[in-house]
Amino acid sequence: MRRLLALLILLGLLLPGAAGAVNPDEMLENPALEERARDISKGIRCVVCQNQDIDSSNAELARDLRVLIRERLEEGDSNREVEAYLVARYGDYVLLKPPFKASTLLLWLGPFLLLLLGGAASAAYLRRRATGQAQAAPPEPLSADEREKVQRILNEGREG
Amino acid sequence: MLRKLLFVLPSVIFLGVIAFSLWGLLSERDPSAVPSALIDKPLPEFDLPPIEGLTGPGLSSAALADGEVKVINIFASWCIPCRAEHELITALAEEHGVAVYGINYKDKPADARLWLAELGNPYRSIGADRQGRVAIDFGVSGVPESYLIDGQGVIRFQQIGPLVGPDLEDKILPILEEIRR
Repeated sequence: MRRLLALLILLGLLLPGAAGAVNPDEMLENPALEERARDISKGIRCVVCQNQDIDSSNAELARDLRVLIRERLEEGDSNREVEAYLVARYGDYVLLKPPFKASTLLLWLGPFLLLLLGGAASAAYLRRRATGQAQAAPPEPLSADEREKVQRILNEGREG
Repeated sequence: MLRKLLFVLPSVIFLGVIAFSLWGLLSERDPSAVPSALIDKPLPEFDLPPIEGLTGPGLSSAALADGEVKVINIFASWCIPCRAEHELITALAEEHGVAVYGINYKDKPADARLWLAELGNPYRSIGADRQGRVAIDFGVSGVPESYLIDGQGVIRFQQIGPLVGPDLEDKILPILEEIRR
């Protein structure tokens, strides 16, 4: 029984991971081109299902776009040209990875900006703490009264 | 003074977060709306045949370059919201005299003919986009979608989804007015 179970699990592991939405009839015969098509598709947002790439989407429009990408690759477009073609129609929104440009500056540099701000705040805090300790005011000298009191206590100890 | 400010800071940040959340919940913003890339771009070039079995010239960008303000509506007989907006599209053409053209998206000719016979045909002419390829050039994410085109053949507005209820008076007619000016 246990052996059977182990065998089943092993067989299960041999199956390919989550089969994509790409149908065999869409695929190109040239494996290098197909590889590039898959690569591009993984970075293109399915505008129907929105947070999925078209490589894994079953939406019909995603399929149309996959076929379109392959057609353009066969016509000799570079990856960048294919992406530009899609961006011209659907905007930067169609790219799952937003491009680095003026309107996305905050998006890309925001984390570093926060890190910088946090670092500066921590540095300021640490520096203030360190100098604060060094410059702590020296204790006030004892008054005549207090000195006398101390002397008395010390003398008591000696006599006792 | 600075110390006092530091004590107030957490409350200020907290209020900021609350304001942001309220904006997210209450604003009219539709987070699933696909921003249009084609606004202020010229009409894509295309040449579509008519729906099989219907007489007519089909639809091409060349034929649309007539200097007239117009609406292009992408529809399909299998699309339920298209049925819902058909009344409004018809009113746009017949009551307001707007030039409305249709692109029939991925439809079977027989189904499209039946749909038009049943609901009426408000379109000046219709192009059949059976592969959905021209629709991609229009940046379509689903049907129905409508485009307002100015006299220079530039796309001025893209409506994603059906035009229903007050959309005509509140949205389309004012924009057309503005384009005409």
